[in-house]
This record gives sequence, structure tokens and C-alpha cells, in this order.
Amino acid sequence: MAVAVQQETSHPILTLSQVRKSFGGAHALRDANLALYPGQVTALIGENGAGKSTLVKILCGVHQPDGGEIVLDGKHVRVHDPEHARQLGINVVHQECVVFDNLSVAENIFISARPKQGRFVAWREMRKRAAEILKQLDVSFDPDTPASQLSVAQKHIVQIARALTSDARVLILDEPTAALSHREADDLFRIARRLKDSGCALLFISHKFEEIFALADRYVVFRDGASVGDGMIAHTNTEHLIRLMVGRSVEQLFPKLETTLGEELLRVENLSRAQEFENVSFSVRRGETLGIYGLVGAGRTELAQCLFGLTAPDSGSVHLNGKAVSISNPADAVRNGLAYVPEDRQQQGAILPFSIAANVCLPNLGSLAPRGFCNRERELQLANHWIGALGIKATGPRQNVGDLSGGNQQKVVIAKWLARTPQVLILDEPTKGIDVGAKSAVHAVTSEFAQRGNAVVMISSELPEILGMSDRVLVMRRGRVRALLDRSEATAENVVQAATDA
Amino acid sequence: MNLQSRFGWVMRWESMLGLVLIVEIVLFASLSPYFLNIWTLSDATFNFTERAVIALPLALLIIAGEIDISVAAIIALASVAMGLAAGQGVGTPGLVAVGLGTGLVAGAINGALVTLGRVPSIVATIGTMTLFRGVAYAVLGDRVLKEYPASFSVFGQGYLVGPLSIELTLVVVLAVVFGVFLHLTRWGRTIYALGANPIAARWSGVPVDRYRFMLFAVTGLCSGLAAVLLTSRLGSTRPSIAQGWELEIVSMVILGGVSVWGGKGTIPGVLLAAVVLGLVNFGLGLLNVPGIVMSIIVGALLILVVAIPVIGQRWAAARPARRAS
Amino acid sequence: MRMTQNSAARRDLALGFIVLLLFGLVTAAFPQFARPSNVAEVFDDSAILIMLALGQMLVILTRGIDLSVAANLALSGMLVALFNKNYPGAGVLPVLLLAVGSGAVLGLINGMLVWRLKLPPIVVTLGTMSVYRGLIYLLSGGTWVNDNMMSPGFLGLVRFELLGLTVLAWLAIIGATVAAFGMRYTGLGRDFYAAGGNPSAATYTGLDPGRMQCFAYTICGAIAGLCGYLWVARFAVAYTDIALGFELQVIAACLIGGVAIAGGIGTVAGVVLGCLFIGVIRNALPLVGISPFWQMGINGIVIVAAAVLSARRREDKRSILETQTA
Repeated sequence: MAVAVQQETSHPILTLSQVRKSFGGAHALRDANLALYPGQVTALIGENGAGKSTLVKILCGVHQPDGGEIVLDGKHVRVHDPEHARQLGINVVHQECVVFDNLSVAENIFISARPKQGRFVAWREMRKRAAEILKQLDVSFDPDTPASQLSVAQKHIVQIARALTSDARVLILDEPTAALSHREADDLFRIARRLKDSGCALLFISHKFEEIFALADRYVVFRDGASVGDGMIAHTNTEHLIRLMVGRSVEQLFPKLETTLGEELLRVENLSRAQEFENVSFSVRRGETLGIYGLVGAGRTELAQCLFGLTAPDSGSVHLNGKAVSISNPADAVRNGLAYVPEDRQQQGAILPFSIAANVCLPNLGSLAPRGFCNRERELQLANHWIGALGIKATGPRQNVGDLSGGNQQKVVIAKWLARTPQVLILDEPTKGIDVGAKSAVHAVTSEFAQRGNAVVMISSELPEILGMSDRVLVMRRGRVRALLDRSEATAENVVQAATDA
Repeated sequence: MNLQSRFGWVMRWESMLGLVLIVEIVLFASLSPYFLNIWTLSDATFNFTERAVIALPLALLIIAGEIDISVAAIIALASVAMGLAAGQGVGTPGLVAVGLGTGLVAGAINGALVTLGRVPSIVATIGTMTLFRGVAYAVLGDRVLKEYPASFSVFGQGYLVGPLSIELTLVVVLAVVFGVFLHLTRWGRTIYALGANPIAARWSGVPVDRYRFMLFAVTGLCSGLAAVLLTSRLGSTRPSIAQGWELEIVSMVILGGVSVWGGKGTIPGVLLAAVVLGLVNFGLGLLNVPGIVMSIIVGALLILVVAIPVIGQRWAAARPARRAS
Repeated sequence: MRMTQNSAARRDLALGFIVLLLFGLVTAAFPQFARPSNVAEVFDDSAILIMLALGQMLVILTRGIDLSVAANLALSGMLVALFNKNYPGAGVLPVLLLAVGSGAVLGLINGMLVWRLKLPPIVVTLGTMSVYRGLIYLLSGGTWVNDNMMSPGFLGLVRFELLGLTVLAWLAIIGATVAAFGMRYTGLGRDFYAAGGNPSAATYTGLDPGRMQCFAYTICGAIAGLCGYLWVARFAVAYTDIALGFELQVIAACLIGGVAIAGGIGTVAGVVLGCLFIGVIRNALPLVGISPFWQMGINGIVIVAAAVLSARRREDKRSILETQTA
């Protein structure tokens, strides 16, 4: 790993000073200051809601700032729209998919800059130049491939390729490895380093300290819409950065409670589903928290969704309390005492335009209204009970879930399941995108649930979370179980090794 | 926007509709001295009763996030089926069974296309609309079927007590049934959730496909019922029966405050809208305005009803900013 | 480019094969079907459908739908018929301009409502469909414009023959060629595919998907307007109910031709083949002895079948990592 060369005396190519932006009455950015240096990678760190994505949108022209200055190459600029940003040399690799599945790779790369012959699209030239760029990036797919056939990682690379069609002065990578495996992330970093060496200024937004320390030369920390610290990476460490991010040092991140492990509650035997996972077997006991670790593509979410009845297995069996059960849809799963808190709490977990009460009551209507007629009193009572039990910060049971913070939204999703008194709670990336402070609250809830004699299956990509909260760790890779480690023997090294070993 | 203001908005919509209704009645009463006659009013109700029978289940369907524009074609199909059965000598009870049964089967086909075939409901019902109406035309060509038994006319032309027609009674009964179902039971509550976020609903254990299928089937059944009423009232069947009604019925539902995106709407609203539109139809008839002008009004109204909330929201969002600066 | 085209090309080839097979079957039973004059008749018959379907393709590509095309056609047709009746000396050029202009304005209304107010296309075009139809009545007072009220120039243009095909057929052929070329080789054409394929990504690349939708509706409307003149001239009559329900045939042709209702996918070749499919069936029905009243029913079956097949295809291709539909 090459050590980043410190260039204290070079001039920044892009600076933002005191940039402000609000939406409605809410301030997304209060006092944003940032400097990007050519040939260097600057990491932008901050909790969710700190203003990072607003900053990116301003830089790429989607939003206009309310105040402050942007200086590019010594000149004041206003980025009018994404096309203008591209012309200025500012390119962004977004977290979401900004690739067109219905078009080829070549066309995707040149989507904003189609080579023309007169007034008409020159396909042959497009394909040739695309091939050249792809060769530069050393990838395995060719320009004619339909983008729909690419993996998420490959689509990210196409986004980078897009940046290379014009003179890229600034490249912004917005949480690029959220959906990548380690090998794919390494590929991405290799490409990023090459760009850096050619004089491009990179802004690297990430939550993963491991990657930040591997890739970045400098850092900037945002908190509540303002920049609160910056400097050289070599002069700092994770603790210092977290303190800047959160404003206090965070102890007791993982409030795992001691539990007594009872008899086996859930047993999965040789569960397989074509192209998703194969021969998965494990068991979970009462009081136990089983953490499932793996990279994207390992098949963990697919496994959870199969257990919950969203998809059907090709072979294998599932046993609850010693009895084999057949689960062909979520209603079955719920009836058998399973509950699933999905990864995307906004699209899959909660109904945002509805109230807390409506959300919490939805899977519980059977018991709340046994003869069919709803009783609003009882519904509000139920909601209030869980608002209290989980410490949900809201104005009341009638508040819309969409108005709550990420952590509180997640609590509502968990509450709706806990109200059904399930025996097995399956959580998929439960604290993704939740502030450090709120994460521990969610963990406290699940740990307490386990302590009451139930089982918790927690899927996570965050090592500290897995190591901190699990009694046992199941490691998956490419659809198979690679390791099953007890809490006492699991370390960051052996877990990651099992997840990435070929 | 919390529950209070959401309810508040809905209440305002229905109040507005109520107001429009009052204005209409006053207007027509002033234009024609016969308008306030109880029998005239009773006649007026026929302008919306058959459509309302379909608008009620359709409202539930749209709240659940789907749509069905084949309803008028189902009327045609059911009517043709009844006409053929009548020609074979089938008696009134049998005819009713044929009509309802055809509607139910047609609705089930729609339901199957959406839940099993996984076809988006708009495409599926454009297809079945063409298919059902097409079969009606193919079977009848340019013939007219008129051999209905005398007792069959009681549904569309009969009265329960005084000026209260059987059709109107049926509408009131159905409105109460659907209203209670949607607003007071847990299944109605689930339908709202289904429309607001089908994924979250399914992943909360709601058997979404079963709900959808049932809603399409019930809509079909009620279309069959409407066919019975309409055919009974007209006393004849043509393949062009109820042509263009899908627009009016969908408009009734949207005008009633049901959101096209699903998850919002009430039965009282739809009922009010049915009466409002029915009276407009009736009033235009009194003034000898041809039916096609009605379609201009309905079309424009449909667009207005969907556009006004959007414009209103934009206007409301722009105001605080102005106040702040 | 080859590989993206491959799956689309394969689909078009399969459809082309089916159309040829259909043609072959009918000819085998009724040899007179393959006579050049009959083939020209089929083309002539399908010409308007082809043009309308190409316009509709643009709308569906950008994730919209336009149920008002037939009403647009009828209103524009009545407009130019009345113009021609009152000003027969003005010639054909003003008529064409008026037809296209009227159609474009009517289409623009749809486009603005969908773009600026973000109203759902199904509701908008359902509404404009009835408003436009109603306007025909207001415009004409319910009366008809018959052939004896139309100038020879007005009527003659569409019937004029070049190399065995009428001007009408040639318009369709030229239109399809221009469309095929435009969709492949112009930035605007490619922008339609991008805007429909991934509207949120399109905003990041400087495209406004709403504006592309508006374009699509305007172009579709302009074509419908032109076809209004062509229809009225071809059938030599204009009244309120012309082309009633024709929008369903147009949509059927698009669906058969492989245009995906979800947007972003569709080819000119496929659409043309879809129209020919419908055209061959329509012309074969009288020969086979099936009443023309079956046309609608067959269209319905075909729409449903095409939709189910399209949905099945989408299911297979869906990647597991994407958000699943409930």
C-alpha cells in the first residue's frame, strides 16, 4: 500500500466557503467549507443528515446554494445544472444507480457527450473510444454489453468511465463501496488512485474508516451542516474522527445484554435457492443473537427473504421449535412467529405517509379487531405503549412516520413486529444510515428482545456491530456458509477472511 | 402532514362537494319549476345509480393502487349474455344469475391477469376492455336483443316505496356496506396500506395478491349488477351499451377525492361525487344539451380535480418562503 | 451496440417471421391475398395506423400513454375539413399546416399537464380524449362534412399513386424510415430512450425526463393531426365519431411490436411489424368469412397476450438485488 504523499503547499483546485442551503425551513448546510487539492484524495466524513449529500448535489448542479462561494481554478462559479458541472470538469459517481439499463455500456459512457459526425451519432467512434477507456480501467466487459447485464460494481465503473470522457478535474465518489465486495472495492480504489496520479482532485465520501485510511490524503468532517474539522489523514485516527463527527466520544456503542441460551428455536437445514444461496444450515437458540456477516452478493438478504416467505426455496427445510414448517408467503411466516425488518426502511419497512399508529397496527389488525371492526382507542393505546417502550421521539402516535428521523423510523418498524410477539426477529442491516447515537438504541431493543427468550438473526455488513452484538457469527460468501464462529473466537480478521477467501 | 390535517383536507373536499351539490340544486330549481318535484328528483337519480354501483367498488380498487377501465365493457358483455339467455327462454332469476356471473368471471379474469400474469392493471384492463367489448360486438354485430321477460324490468324500473326506486335503494345499501367495510373494518384499513406502499404491506404479512384479486372480482360482480339494472331499465341490449361509461365512473371516483396514486379516499366522497355528476347529467338533459357536451365537462372536470391539489400544494409551498424572505 | 440490439433485433426478427407466416397462411388459403394490388391495399390500410403508432411509441418510451390520439385525429380532421369546405381555393398546403398545427397544440396540452403538473398520463389523456371528442360536436354542430363539400385537391393528394403505392402508403414508409433513422442516429432520439429508461438518472446527465415526455406528446399529437387530414381525405367524410376507439388499435400495435409499457424499450421496426400484423388480420378477416365485428375482439386478445408475454419476460430478467415488487 503506497503511502500518500503530503503536499502541504499545493493550491486547491476547488474551494467552497461558507456555503449555505436550506429546504423549506430546514437547514441542510449552515457553514460548509471544503478544499480539494489536485492529485489528492479528500475524505468527507459525517453522520447522516450532516449535509454531505446536499453538498454533492450543489457541486454537481442539481441544487443551487443559498449563500457562500464556490471557487474553481481561482474563478467564482455557479454550477447551473449537471451538464454545466460536467463541462466544468466536475464529475460524480453516485451511490444510486445512474446507469441506463436499456442502453449499452458505450452509450452509457458517452451519454452526455455523444461523438457526432455532423449532426448524427457516430456509433463506431463511440464504441472505439469506449473500448479505449475501458481498457484504461482494465475491466472485463466490453462496450457492447447491455448495461442491464452488469453487476453493481461494474455499473459504478461505468460511471467513472463517464467521467473520463472529458477532462475530469474533480471526481466525487459518493459512498461508492456501499454495494461492493472487497475485491471490487480494491479495483475501484486502484482506478481512483490512477486518476489521482493524473492530477484529478478526488472527494471520497464514506462511512468506512478502513477505506478512508487506505485511500485518503486529507479529511474534512461535517456535523449538522457545517464543517467542524479538517486536516491530513496521517495526523489523525478513528477515535478523533468519530469525536468530530458526533461531537462527543461515544462509549458503550454496543449494549449487549447477557442472555442465557435455551433450547434450539430455529433450525435451517440445507436450504437452497438457485443463483442465490446453497446448502445453508444453521440453528439459533432461545436468547441467542446470530449475526450473519458477508459482503454484498453473499446471499444473506436472499436467505432472510426466503426464510420469511417472500421467495420459495428450491430445497431444504426450516424447523421451528423442532417441527418442520412450510412457509410460502409472509403471512405464513408471521403466523409461525417470524418477523423481518428489511434493509430499506423507507420503501420496504414502513409506510411513510401513514401515522405511527397506522404502521404499528398494520400487522396486528387481526388481534386488534378480531371481529373486523377497528377500535381507534385500542390502536392508539398500542402505539403509545411502543412509543414509550422503545423511546420513539415523536409528537404522538398520530405523527407521520415520514417526519421522523431514521433511527426513530426504524424503531417504528421494529415496534410493529414486537407487538406481534414473534419468536424470531430477523433484521437486515438494522442500523444502516442511522446516526451513531441512535444505533445503540436499536441494539438495546434487540438485545432485550433476545434476553426475553427469543432469537435474533441480525444481518450486517458492519464488523463492529456484528462482533459487538452477536453470540455467534455466521459468515457467508457467494451463497454458502463459510464459517460459524462463536463470540469468543470471532475476530475482525477471521471473520473478514472467511467472507473474502476465494 | 399528520393524521389531523390529512383528515382535515378530506373533510374539506367533501364539504366542497356538498357545497357544489347545494349550488347545483339551487341552480336547477331556479331554472325549472318542476325540479323540486319528488318524482323529478327520483327520475334524476337514474343518472347516477347504475354508475355509482360500480364507482363504489372501483373506489376501493383505486385506493388499493390499481385501476380498472374495463368496467363498461363488462356491462356490455354481461348484458349480451343476459340477452342471449333471455332469447333461450331463461327466466328472470336465471338472467340475474347470468348477469352477475358474467361480471364476476370477467372481474376474475382481470384479477388473474394482474395477480398471476403480473400485468400492470392499466394494460390488463385496456386489453380486457377491448376484448369484452369486442366479444359483445362480435356476437351481436348490429343486432339488438329485446326479448326480456316482463318481470325482468322490475330492477331498473321498479320502486320500493313511493318514489324510492329499487336502483336508488340498492345504491344506498351498497354505499353503506362499502362504507362500513372501508372505514370501519380492518380489511378496509389494510386496503389503504396496500395502496400507500404495496411492498411494505406485503412485507408486513398482508396477502396483497388475494386482496387485489378479490377487489377486481367484486368490481366485476358490481359491473354485472349494473348491467342487470341498466338492461332491465332499457329493456334491450346493444353492443354499444354503456359506451364511454368508464370515463364517467372513473371521474366519479376521482372527483370523490380518491387519489389516483392510491392510499387515499372515502366512500362518502365518492357517493357525493356520483350525485353531483348525476345531477349535472340530468340538468344538461333538461336544458336539451346533447350528451356529448357532458363528456367535455366530465373530461375537463377529471383533469381539474387531479390538477387542483397539485397546484394548491405548489402555491402553499411557495408561501412560507416568501414570508421568510 | 450489437449486443443491446441483439435482444431487440431478435424480438423484431421473431415478429417479422410471425407476420410473414401469417401472410403465408392466408395466402395459402386465399391466393388472391398475395396479389400486388392487395398487398398495396394492406399497406394503404395500415399507413395511418403505422404513423400513429410511431407517435405513440415515443410517448410509451418515455413512460407515458396517450389515449387521446384518436380524438385528436378526429378533431383535427374535422377542423381541416371545415376549413376546406369554407376555403376550397386555399389549396392543400394550408390544410396540412393546419392539421399538423392543430394536432401539435392538442398534444402539447397533454404534454404540459404531464410535465408541469406531473399528472398521471392515464387520467390526463382519458380527460382530453373526451374533451376533444366533445369539441368536434361543438365545432361542427353535429353535422357531417361529405365528399361533395371537399375540394379535388384535398381528396386527391392521398389517392395519388407513385410506383403502385398511394401517397398515403409512401408517407408511412417515409415516416417509418425517418423515425428509424432519427431514433438511432440523432441525439434527440437517443434522449428519448435515456429519459424513459431511467428518468432519475437522466436528471443527473442533464436531461429533463418531463420535458422529453412533453416533446413526445407534442410529436404524437402533431402526427395525429396530420393523420386527421389523411383519414378524412381517404374516407372522404368527417363527423364526430370518426376513428372512435382507434387509440386501442394503436396501443395494441405498439404492444405487439415489443414496446414496453414500463418505458425505455421499443423499436421502429417492431412497431411497424405490429401494425402489419394487425393490418394483415384485418384484411384477411373478410376473406376468411369472419365478421369485421370480430376485429375488436381479436385486438383485445392480442393486447392481453402481448401484455402477459411482456410481463413474463420482465420477470425473468429481473435481478435479485433490485427492489422487488410486492
